[in-house]
Formats: sequence, structure tokens, C-alpha cells
Amino acid sequence: MSEMTVDTPRGGAGTRALVAAGIGRRYRAERRFRLFGLVAIVSALVFMVLLFVSIVGKGYTAFLQTEIRLPIHYDVQTIDPQGLRDPVEMRRANYGKLYRDALHEMFPDVESRGDRRMLNGLVSSGATFEIRDHVFADPALIGKKGEVWVPASDDVDMLVKGNVDRNSPEHERRMTDKEIAWIDALAAQDRIETRFNWRFFTQGDSREPELAGIWGAVSGSFLTMLVTLVLSFPLGVATAVYLEEFAPKNRWTDIIEVNINNLAAIPSIVFGLLGLAVFLQFFGLPRSAPVVGGLVLTLMTLPTIIIASRVSLQSVPPSIREAALGLGASKMQMVTNDVLPLAMPGILTGTIIGMGRALGETAPLLMIGMVAFIVDVPHGFSDPATVLPVQIYIWADSAERAFVERTSAAIIVLLTFLILMNAAAVYLRSKFERRW
Amino acid sequence: MPLSLLLLVLAVLSAFAYRFGTGRARAIAPGRQQATLHSRPTYHGFYVALWCGLPALLVAVAWVAMQPILVKGLVLAGLPDSYSALPEARLNLIWNDIRNLALGDVVRAAPAPEIQAAAETFRRLYTIGQAALAVLCLVLAPLGARYAYGRVSRDLRARNRVETVITVFLVASSLVAIFTTIGIVLSLLFESLRFFGKVPPLDFLFGLHWSPQTALRADQVGSSGSFGAVPLFTGTLLISLISMCVAVPVGLMSAIYMSEYAHRKFRAVAKPLLEILAGIPTVVYGFFAALTVAPFIRRLGESMGISVASESALAAGLVMGVMIIPFVSSISDDVINAVPQAMRDGAYALGATKSETIRNVIVPAALPGIVGGVLLAVSRAIGETMIVVMAAGLAANLSFNPLEAVTTVTVQIVTLLTGDQEFDSAKTLAAFALGLVLFCVTLGLNIFALHVVRKYREQYE
Repeated sequence: MSEMTVDTPRGGAGTRALVAAGIGRRYRAERRFRLFGLVAIVSALVFMVLLFVSIVGKGYTAFLQTEIRLPIHYDVQTIDPQGLRDPVEMRRANYGKLYRDALHEMFPDVESRGDRRMLNGLVSSGATFEIRDHVFADPALIGKKGEVWVPASDDVDMLVKGNVDRNSPEHERRMTDKEIAWIDALAAQDRIETRFNWRFFTQGDSREPELAGIWGAVSGSFLTMLVTLVLSFPLGVATAVYLEEFAPKNRWTDIIEVNINNLAAIPSIVFGLLGLAVFLQFFGLPRSAPVVGGLVLTLMTLPTIIIASRVSLQSVPPSIREAALGLGASKMQMVTNDVLPLAMPGILTGTIIGMGRALGETAPLLMIGMVAFIVDVPHGFSDPATVLPVQIYIWADSAERAFVERTSAAIIVLLTFLILMNAAAVYLRSKFERRW
Repeated sequence: MPLSLLLLVLAVLSAFAYRFGTGRARAIAPGRQQATLHSRPTYHGFYVALWCGLPALLVAVAWVAMQPILVKGLVLAGLPDSYSALPEARLNLIWNDIRNLALGDVVRAAPAPEIQAAAETFRRLYTIGQAALAVLCLVLAPLGARYAYGRVSRDLRARNRVETVITVFLVASSLVAIFTTIGIVLSLLFESLRFFGKVPPLDFLFGLHWSPQTALRADQVGSSGSFGAVPLFTGTLLISLISMCVAVPVGLMSAIYMSEYAHRKFRAVAKPLLEILAGIPTVVYGFFAALTVAPFIRRLGESMGISVASESALAAGLVMGVMIIPFVSSISDDVINAVPQAMRDGAYALGATKSETIRNVIVPAALPGIVGGVLLAVSRAIGETMIVVMAAGLAANLSFNPLEAVTTVTVQIVTLLTGDQEFDSAKTLAAFALGLVLFCVTLGLNIFALHVVRKYREQYE
């Protein structure tokens, strides 16, 4: 402010000249400052756009999967040599041989053992189970021939999607020239196609990128969120109601308030340590279980819900309370019949926001073992499970190139859920919120 | 009967009890006589429902808490005498084997016959316990309902009873927050004390070398483990500092622009957009930092002839800074809006331009609040986990060079606890000691920052 506080003995005209001389510079500074502000906002938004573009750009291809159409001969000798149609025996049959034979028939000139193994490697090992499922779905196929779409291996998938540079030297890429030639031959016969990747949405985790899906993680997330919601919503609302409507203003309630504010700011990983020491070590609850994840996330989400609920309760005008009490309602009736329903939209908004944070939370769940490699889709609250953000973390750590797009696709799914939840919160707020 | 099914059955029974209770109350005082009841029929319904569900629920909770302890005692007592002389830790391992065997989980090797027998006992006791609980609950619930049903009358103060139960529930829920804090403090403290029994606290806090490998066997060479946490603290500080260098200017400037310059319409669009940054899960930021930002910085460094570690502190810090922008900007926004309009008007009246007003009047007036907000942001950065786990390194370098890989407290907690190791080793206990440090530092920062912010608000209220 130096230019304004200069205290000169000159008269009014001199001061005016001084101000006039500086005004251009000051206006430039003004414009510059304003520009800085705009640049700050725009750069933050640009970063966000970059993040979304980079993730969607990497991830959208994962919704498609390269598949190979093979002429499979459902050989009786391989599947059911005795012709008993005994499911137990049939389950043990070597279905892998069927697609390997089909491949060999198509490329009869591939002779050496190493080359044949390489040829078989074009098809994902998951093909075995898919062919088996075909047979079990329709036993009449046995002995016949049929065209079957089977998933290609992740390397083939990457090549077809253009993530492998064909022009790079052979030793620098994961596909040899031979393999690329086979792929091209298959493609020339219209036997290669990228189709919708239903496995990604229906399967659990897998070491093979082309077979890995998010359904296990989504189920785990759902179970965990269910536990969190069922516990944190009533507890949070009850705490808020008690502190806002019933608690006497004394030292004790002060402690509770300060406590809740501090809990809201404790790093999430500390809640994970708490879960590990108390729920797993002390109470002996199972590792990797949604119920433990839900408990930990409940403790983490409670402060958010409590604080939002209290704000919402505070916004209900006192006249409503006085009217209820004046009509002879007890204090509890006033709260349950009048105040809570009016505060409910705000409480629900806060709960959804808290649940959204819990859904994206990763660190505390790593502490309680939800980071384990789990193939099965969880069906109960104590089954070993993982959740969507942890699945993203696990895949992000994997070396295969194909997992990059799976990770990005899983992130797209997670963000979609979060956007939906936040949209619901915004809708609730705009639809039901009342200004008094 | 699984516990969830049991709870469901109890809920259904309580719903029926509610129906009976209200029905009974209505039968006692039909139609216009309802006013002669002390409490309205719904309260009688709730009264009966509570008597139906609550005792059974309490028994179930107590049972579920007690059963594992009882079963463990009984099963271990049934083992041959040679086992009872074993130390606690060994016994716990055996207990784990028995439990895994009984519940059908993977077991290490072929178990000894007495272990198998114990697993059989465990399974039998477990089944008996579950069955007994189910029977007990299903007997208690109708009994309670029957008792309450018999008591429904014109004079029953059902409303008061129900309200008392609700009040108890409200008070109990508000204690959960207290118990959480106590739980955190006790668990961290307890495990840390055990760690400090093995590693002196001064070595931990001031040691310069961090390599938490402990010997698996006593005679192993060169892996005694050293737990000097200073490299972790400096790494954490470095990354937090970088993130603050991004978050504070950008956050503060956007808050200033939003509250002082922006048109109402621009604000209505830009503010929620900026808030989206706060809603993105940290694992997403971590993935972006590791996969896009870090290689970009590395290539940029290479093109300028500087060698950059692929897990540089810079990448993690930058992305973390972006994550914190909305946090800083929303707190600054609140604080700037709390500066009285009279102060702005005074500056304008003296001929100051808008930016001069902001720089010389508003920001200095809001400074305590902004500082408080920045401190809260720092505590966020220190406790942030996923970004650094995915984008920062594991090697504990004592370095302040942002282009090198450093590690942080949270990264080490995660790496120490996600591997496979027994719970009692110094390695795992070290994670709790680090957690304790993290907890204390963030708590101290928060209390101080909240105090500053509150003091500041009072000044202008």
C-alpha cells in the first residue's frame, strides 16, 4: 500500500499527479492479479480433465475383449469315452485338448514342441472352462462340431487393440513375429474379433488379465457398504440427535463434541490400525471379511454423518419445536415426529456423501487383509472379500500390460458409482431442502 | 442358525409383537375411548416389541462375545497335558491351526491326531453353541412379548418406558465416538510400548537408518533390523511440502477469485466442479500419479538432462497437492467471506483497487484463518496414504531432493503390515509405533489449527 501512504507536503494537484502517474501500473497489477486467480481455477480444472481423459482413454478398451473363433470338435473320446454322461467324469475331461486340437488343425505346419506351445498360448487358459460350460449347457453337442468364441490371451488382446508396436524389434515386445503372423492369419479368416467383455462384469479376480473381472470386488464393496450403512446411519443420527436436542451443555458433552471433530481429521490409515488391533487381534474376527471392513469404515464415516446431521438439525427452526411442545408432545415425540422428518433430507445427503467417501476408501482396508488375492465372489459377510478401490490397487501393482486397461476400467466403474451417489445427494438436497 | 438369520427372525417377531401390542391397546380402549389410555396404542406396540426383541438381542450379543472365549478354554483344556505347558504364543498358533482345521480353511501341514480331535471338539462345541443361542433367543422373544402383552392396560406408562429405552440408545451411540478414540489410543499405545520394549524410543525417533528386516532365526547374520525413523519423517515432510507448494497458492488464489471476482454464474459452475477433485478416491490419484505423472516428469527431466527417479517425491507431491486444492480453497473461501464488508469498503473508499484491497486488507485480516486452514491441509497431506503408496518409493533415503525417491510414514505402515508375517515381530509392531507418531502429529496439528480458526472467527463475530 506504499503508493497510497506516501505522505507528501505537496498540495492536492501534486497528489493527483502522483496518483495519475501510478494508475496504469496499478491497473496492470490488478489485471495480473485477477488473471492469477483465473489461472489457478483453470489449472485445477485442467488437471481434473487430464485425469479423467487419461483414465477413460486408457480404460475404455477394457470393456471389449479380443476373442478367437475356433472350429471345435466336441470329441467323444476326449469328453466322455464311456458314453455314460456322468457329470463327475465329464467334469474331469481334458477340455483344453479340444481347443488345442482345433488350433493344430488350422495350423498343421506348426511342428516343433515350442512352437505348438506358443500357438496354444494365443488362446487364454480360460477357454478350457468356457468349452466345458458349453458342453454342460448342451450335452447334445458331444460328438458334433461347432464354432466357438474363446477369449484370446492378454498379449494377443494387447496386440489387436494396438498397444503393441509391430514395428519394434522382436525382442522388445512380448509377441514374436511368428505369433503375429498367426494372429494375422486368423484375422484374415475373420476369426478374430473384439467383443463386449462380459467377463469383466461377471467374474472375480484372476491372475490372467483377460479373465479378471470386477464382480467379486463389486460384491465385496456392496456387502461392506451395507454393513457400514446399517451401523453408521442409526448410530450417527442418534448421536447427532442426542447432542443437538437432549444433551445438557456441560463438560462431558463438550468432550464428545471435540472428540468427534478430531475423529473426522484422523488419517484413515489409523482406523485401519485400530481395526487390525481391536477387531482382528482382540475380538478374533476373520481377516479380509466385509463385516470387519464395514466396522472400520463405520468408525471412519460416523463423524461425517454426525456433523452433517447436526447441521441439518440446527437448521430446523425453533418455532417448530415450540409448536410441538405447545401441543403437548413430549420432547421425544417432538424430535421423532417433527424435527427429524424435517431434517431428514440434510441427514440423508450427509450420509450419502459419507458413504461415497467410504466407498472410495482404500488404506484402512489394506490393514485388515482385504488386499489378499481372492478369486471367489463373496456371498456372506464373513467370506474373504476385497473391495473395488483395493482391487484397483492390486491391479495397479500387477506387471501385465493388460492390467493397466483393466485398472482404468475398474476406476471408471468406481467413479460412475461415486458420480451416481453424489448426483443422488445433489438431487435430494435440491428437491427437499427447505430454507426457513 | 447363522447370526444374520437369527437377527432377521427376531426382527420379524418384534414386528408381530408390535401388531399385537397396538391391537391389544385398541381393544382395551376402542374408538373414542382411546383418550382414556395413558399412552397411544403405537407406544404400547413399541413397548411389547421392545420386550420381545431387546432381551433376546442382548443375550445374543453377550453370547457372541463370550462364546469364542469359552470354546477356546474348553478346547485347549481338552488337549493333552504336554500342550498346557507351552508358552502363550505357541499355544495361540496351535489354536489358530485348530480353528482353521475346524472351519475348513487351509492348514499348513498334516495335523497331529490330537489337534484333529481338538478341531472336532471345536466344531461340536461351536455347533452346540449356535444351536443353543438360537433356541434361547427364540424362547426369550415370545416370553418377553407375552409378559409385556399381559401388562398392556389403560394405566401402563408405555410412552415413558419406550422413551427411556430410546434415550439410553441415544446416549450409548454418542459414546461410540469416545470409545473409538479410546480404542485408537489404547491399541496404538499398547502395541507401541511392546515395540519400544524391543527398540529404544530414542533410537526410533532419532535414528538415521531405516531397514526393518528382522532375523527369522537367531543365528542369521546382518538382519538385526534398524528402526531409525528420521528418513521417513523427512520423506513425509518433503512430500507434504511439495504438495503444499501446489495446494496453497492454487487453492488460495481460486478462493480469492471465487469470492471477490467471479460472476455468480461462474461461481455456481466452477465451485462444484472444483469440489469434484475432493471426491475422487485417493487410489485413483495414486494410479494417475504412478502411471501418468511420474513417467511424464521423468521424461521431462531426461529431456533437460536431469536424472529423475521413477518414483520421485515430486510426482507424488504434485498429485497430492492437486487433491488438497479444494480443501484449502473451501476453508479460505469461508475465512475470506467472514472478513467484514466494512473493511473492504474502507479500503475502496481510500482509493485502493480490488487487488490492493485483497492483498493489503483482506488477506492480512484473514491470515490467522488461512494459516489454520493450511495447517489442517498439512495434516491431511501427512496422513494421506494411497497416493504415496502407489507413487512414492519404498527406499528410505535421507534426502531433500524432490527428484529422488523417498518414503513416508504411511507407506511404511502399509508395507510393514501387508506382507505375511507373525504379529509379534518388531517389524509389525513398528507399524503401530509409526501410527502412534502419525496420530499424535495430526491430532496436535488439528487441535492447534481448529483453535486458530475458531479464535479468528470469534474476532469478527
